[in-house]
Amino acid sequence: MTFAHRHLLGIEQLKPQDITQILDLAESYVDLNRQAAKHADVLAGLTQINMFFEASTRTQASFELAGKRLGADVMNMAMQASSIKKGETLIDTALTLNAMHPDLLVVRHPHSGAVDLLAQKVNCAVLNAGDGRHEHPTQALLDALTIRRAKGRLHRLNVAICGDIAHSRVARSNILLLGKMESRIRLIGPPTLVPAQFADMGCEVYDDMREGLAGVDVVMMLRLQKERMDGGFIPSEREYYHRYGLDAEKLALAKPDAIVMHPGPMNRGVEIDGTLADDINRSVIQDQVEMGVAVRMAAMELLAGNLAGSRVPA
Amino acid sequence: MSLLFTNVRLIDPAGGTDTPGRLLVRDGRIAEVGPDIAAPEGAEVIDGRGACLAPGIVDIGVKVCEPGERHKESYKSAGKAAAAGGVTTIVTRPDTSPAIDTPEALEFVNRRAQADAPVNVLPMAALTKGREGREMTEIGFLMDAGAVAFTDCDRVVTNTKVFSRALSYARSLGALVIGHPQDPGLSDGAAATSGKFATLRGLPSVSPMAERMGLDRDLSLVEMTGARYHADQITTARALPALERAKANGLDVTAGTSIHHLTLNELDVADYRTFFKVKPPLRSEDDRMATAEAVRTGLIDIISSMHTPQDEESKRLPYEEAASGAVALETLLPAALRLYHAELLDLPTLFRAMSLNPARRLGLDAGRLETGAPADLLLFDPDVPFVLDRATLKSKSQNTPFDGQRMQGRVLGTWVAGRPVYRRN
Repeated sequence: MTFAHRHLLGIEQLKPQDITQILDLAESYVDLNRQAAKHADVLAGLTQINMFFEASTRTQASFELAGKRLGADVMNMAMQASSIKKGETLIDTALTLNAMHPDLLVVRHPHSGAVDLLAQKVNCAVLNAGDGRHEHPTQALLDALTIRRAKGRLHRLNVAICGDIAHSRVARSNILLLGKMESRIRLIGPPTLVPAQFADMGCEVYDDMREGLAGVDVVMMLRLQKERMDGGFIPSEREYYHRYGLDAEKLALAKPDAIVMHPGPMNRGVEIDGTLADDINRSVIQDQVEMGVAVRMAAMELLAGNLAGSRVPA
Repeated sequence: MSLLFTNVRLIDPAGGTDTPGRLLVRDGRIAEVGPDIAAPEGAEVIDGRGACLAPGIVDIGVKVCEPGERHKESYKSAGKAAAAGGVTTIVTRPDTSPAIDTPEALEFVNRRAQADAPVNVLPMAALTKGREGREMTEIGFLMDAGAVAFTDCDRVVTNTKVFSRALSYARSLGALVIGHPQDPGLSDGAAATSGKFATLRGLPSVSPMAERMGLDRDLSLVEMTGARYHADQITTARALPALERAKANGLDVTAGTSIHHLTLNELDVADYRTFFKVKPPLRSEDDRMATAEAVRTGLIDIISSMHTPQDEESKRLPYEEAASGAVALETLLPAALRLYHAELLDLPTLFRAMSLNPARRLGLDAGRLETGAPADLLLFDPDVPFVLDRATLKSKSQNTPFDGQRMQGRVLGTWVAGRPVYRRN
């Protein structure tokens, strides 16, 4: 079955069956990644370029590993250090790289919409690895796979997303994905970080964490950026932890089998209690990292299948 | 030399009428208006074939990029665009680089305009030196040199002491001050209006309340100083009651809005289309409808193009980084006619906002179809459909949000002081 999209720019464009298609294929890669020999060669001969205009360790490593396990030639470009400093525009950079005939372009950029803009200018498949506060589709997909494996389904779940929703592309992509899969979403955080407009996206908004966590199946914590802790959005780290940090006491309000997620990197003692994060009975944070590689392998294989003259079986 | 228009619909905003008739021009002025005027000896006769004849548009807030960025728009190109758009008077903005903040800079503008522009050009000057909001400009000398109004454009004078002194000083000279009602703290860094759309797109956004806060502040200072004040763009429903109150209290206050805020809304930005990035950002549909209604009732006095040329390079960027502004001299009329075809505004009301009111606010005797008024006229067909191709625009910059859109209504001819400056074949 072919994949219905040329690029993976966001969850917004995907239909539920597209999401299921990626997750189903990713399952097979979870198994492969657990074997000693982890190679599948569906991307052999193809070139993957990772362009990160914003620093990233985890996502970039995950994409790099995903490409290598599928046999692609992977190149990483640290864009903060290069031509941008010399005044080259995003479009010119895109055209320059495009002339080198990459097949897959993985892009992260600090501005919302920048990856869409770039995708309009190149011939290859583009994967959005996070643009501004807009979308981070592979993160939402890996979260979905993690939830599906833990809960056996993606529909009729109550999912709480807690923390800095306003500045989070992870939150937006997750809201869109879980909404499409017919789960209910609660957003929890102070009004400075969870603006009321999110209610228009079909979410329930809570500024009381205890109320918001009552009876949920999944608790998804978000990272609080250091630069937001200076009194601009919240008064202090310790007051934030007191009201919105996840600890065993607050988690007790959720369903007894509720799972705890975090996209990483974590601030232990700011948004999540360290012991809780390490509790293998509740926390699926390490699973999320594992699912990340599998989901990215699946997404890249499906997009490569749509490339002209591709040898990847469609 | 005289000129007779026959078989036209006379759109008279002063009388609020739209009647068939004839109009005679002699020596650059309107000599007679009526149903039955005989052509004088040697007069040129123009058969309008039922098209509309209206007073030429007076457009407050046009950016011509001289000095500084002539590659974006010159007096020549802006003048041609204005003539093609039925705009007979452009009132230019001082937000050039450097800003128009000295009589010498203003003389440069006058000289350039006289040499190159086929339409009337009236310059505005900066309210504070360098538009930096610290020291007021030489308002008296600038008025002597021809400045018709004073404004720092989209830079709000944040220091209320500086602003109140400038307003007081301007009042002593009877100068008109144009403000940009916006709370600069709230709107800092914003690229969209807060709401579901901005949330979905992940764009930094500003609450529509920032406009009301800016307007409330400005109106308080106007009440304090007694200055003549015009708000450049009112674009939100929530700002309207404050405006209404100020007018009811007898303050010398008028307000404008931009053609883009009257005809487009935030959803038009769609997938980060930067040609739709304007300042203030496009609003919700509710705000658009409230703004159009305020133009109908006369609460909002003036419609402007807010013509802002930007080159391709400053628009071909991620949305947040892209420059704001859109060209509009040539699309002002067909866009405004969307409001007419949608039956929101009739033609006399449109020309009250585009011709009569701006002329009155600046103390000009244009904007009317009356004996003795200057023969600044435009002849247009309100119905003819076309698809806009931005490559056909006469502006040097072609950053229009209407590219490829279906529009209705076109200028057939434009006359300034009875001289033809544009004829469409």
